[in-house]
Amino acid sequence: MRHILSLLMENESGALSRVSGLFSARGFNIESLTVAPTEDPTVSRMTLVTSGSDEIVEQITKHLNKLVDVIKVVDLHESVHIERELMLIKISAEGDSREEIKRLVDIFRGRIIDVTDSSYIVEMTGDGDKLDAFIRTLDVKKILEVVRTGVSGIARGEKAIKA
Amino acid sequence: MSKTKEKIRGAEIFVRALKDEGVEYVFGYPGGAVLHIYDALFKQDDVTHILVRHEQGATHAADGYARSTGKPGVVLVTSGPGATNAVTGIATAHLDSIPLVVFTGQVATALIGNDAFQEVDAIGITRPCVKHNFLVKDVRDLAITIKKAFYIATTGRPGPVVVDIPKDVTADSCIYEYPKTVEMRSYRPVVKGHSGQIKKAVNVILGAKRPMLYTGGGVILGEASEELIELTRMLGYPITNTLMGLGAYPGTDRQFIGMLGMHGTYEANMAMHQCDVLVAIGARFDDRVTGDLEKFCPYATIIHIDVDPSSISKNVPVDIPIVGDVKHVLKDMNRYIKESDEKPDAGALADWWRQIQEWQGINCLRYDRKSTIIKPQYVIEKIYELTKGKAYITSDVGQHQMWAAQFYKFDQPRHWINSGGLGTMGFGLPAAMGVKLAHPDETVFCVSGEASLVMCIQELSTCKQYGLPIKIAILNNRYMGMVRQWQEFFYDRRYSHSYMEALPDFVKLAESFGHTGIRVEKTADVEGAIKQALAMDDKLVLLDFITDQTENVYPMVAAGKGHHEMHLSPERELA
Repeated sequence: MRHILSLLMENESGALSRVSGLFSARGFNIESLTVAPTEDPTVSRMTLVTSGSDEIVEQITKHLNKLVDVIKVVDLHESVHIERELMLIKISAEGDSREEIKRLVDIFRGRIIDVTDSSYIVEMTGDGDKLDAFIRTLDVKKILEVVRTGVSGIARGEKAIKA
Repeated sequence: MSKTKEKIRGAEIFVRALKDEGVEYVFGYPGGAVLHIYDALFKQDDVTHILVRHEQGATHAADGYARSTGKPGVVLVTSGPGATNAVTGIATAHLDSIPLVVFTGQVATALIGNDAFQEVDAIGITRPCVKHNFLVKDVRDLAITIKKAFYIATTGRPGPVVVDIPKDVTADSCIYEYPKTVEMRSYRPVVKGHSGQIKKAVNVILGAKRPMLYTGGGVILGEASEELIELTRMLGYPITNTLMGLGAYPGTDRQFIGMLGMHGTYEANMAMHQCDVLVAIGARFDDRVTGDLEKFCPYATIIHIDVDPSSISKNVPVDIPIVGDVKHVLKDMNRYIKESDEKPDAGALADWWRQIQEWQGINCLRYDRKSTIIKPQYVIEKIYELTKGKAYITSDVGQHQMWAAQFYKFDQPRHWINSGGLGTMGFGLPAAMGVKLAHPDETVFCVSGEASLVMCIQELSTCKQYGLPIKIAILNNRYMGMVRQWQEFFYDRRYSHSYMEALPDFVKLAESFGHTGIRVEKTADVEGAIKQALAMDDKLVLLDFITDQTENVYPMVAAGKGHHEMHLSPERELA
């Protein structure tokens, strides 16, 4: 099963490699991983999407907690949560398809943020499924580049994950 | 807090911090990146530096010091090859959770990443085999980083910590301040166990019909021997120790039924297989202990006490986990047992012990005592007798290690020093140096094989320099014995590269390093030779026992088999 783990960690050089090294050394899966500093510049927040049986995800959580740089690990799947991903996609847009692509972007509530005679760059946020669905509506041959950030997640409600 | 008024150089800060940390010995080897530190070491007498002959030896010596004392072992090596040579010893300590603080020199910060002379990414290379590591980029961070390194290495589940120090950091100056304690928001090891879980466990333990205590290195690392003995005696239950746990419970006690696992006793393994309640204490269900996981303790409710949450349910699903420091948890557990109205089921326990005695009757460690060719088991038995069971025994890896574990009955913790997790050949001799420095008045025996010993043989020179009168017993069967044993059993006796051709003359080898060597070729001479070695209490004596080449370690649970599926010997197969 897919799990989204939220980590708070010391914003130290090498902290990211400790996490990625742990996953490769122990054969755990990483689907996506994003990390950036928080409002406290000494703390980074990482969202890590992984998959595995409950036993494996429990081991992943325990091993992450064991890393000395990791302050806190929360499995967002244990509560109601919101997940978002940002995608930047460069699409070949010429002739008739220019209008069609613009309509699709509107339907998916994306934005066109760069235009040339022959291309658009579209910015779109949503959960992974929505971004996948948008990609599926396009002709594969028209897709020039896809850049996705991977999932960021946060639990609903006033409770916060703090260092 | 220790503090200076004046700015001092990083190299001096390093030495001051070690002194404030109470470090007795640093095991190391100089080189370009650590020359400022070596200069600072030269100017003081508080910390004694032991010059090894290879950085692997430094890590193993510090490791032996740590295992035998419970204090952290300290290592200092230079950058590049100094660091990479230390990696085997760091990984050895990591797998057995031994507290080490390893300082590696690094090229100057301005050169990092430039492929400078003797540069390696020591942080990157050691990351998977340390508890934590640090690169110190500013002299003002040096003292606090050293404090954190010792704190992390010695608390929670202990382990090695590497501190990588660029050369310019040791030349720069700042005010020295060394804090007494350190707090880290990201590192807070659990101490107390959850009382509800402990009470739940006590109920299950007292209700057991066929109980079994299975304890590991965690009891030794957690200094919980006394509490374990109290628990075991109070309950009257059988107890087995892992290879790493030997000595935590007295090996001569009647409730101790031997080591378990691949070369454990028949009675310990059978009791594991048949028990209905298994209490795992500071043990980690290693594959050499469990055998086939599908067949592991099929009838048991499993209780597991461990300081490391990630050890729990890693290999074997646990019914009642208790996360906490073993000593604290056992103290609480003992109290709850005393307070409980329930008592162990005496009738069921008597039946269980009758069953265990029947298994003991098989005498699984039997060997040919009449042989005129020296049997390796006999050598260990004689060392045991003649040292009255009180020696510190270090070992390398292979058959001799298993025989030492089976035949030397350890009554005290921290006396059996071996590389159980990583299985590092070459560990025994340098480890013995660390033990001997820590315990100069005790007998230290390194039980080794002719293959293992030569992997760190250069340390004989260190022993000479510091006058370390270690006794070395080589069980010399002219084979990498354990490799040969597996090739005999599983590869149709194709002894591929396991025969040690062109061996040195070990007697002359010992002599060339300034020590004494004695070759022993007949069973009748074994006792006399050991006595002779022990009598030379100011000399390192190397005993080269020419042993039976065909002897195998029994019992044996082959990889992928269950505890109840042991080989006893070629003549005595079990149904």
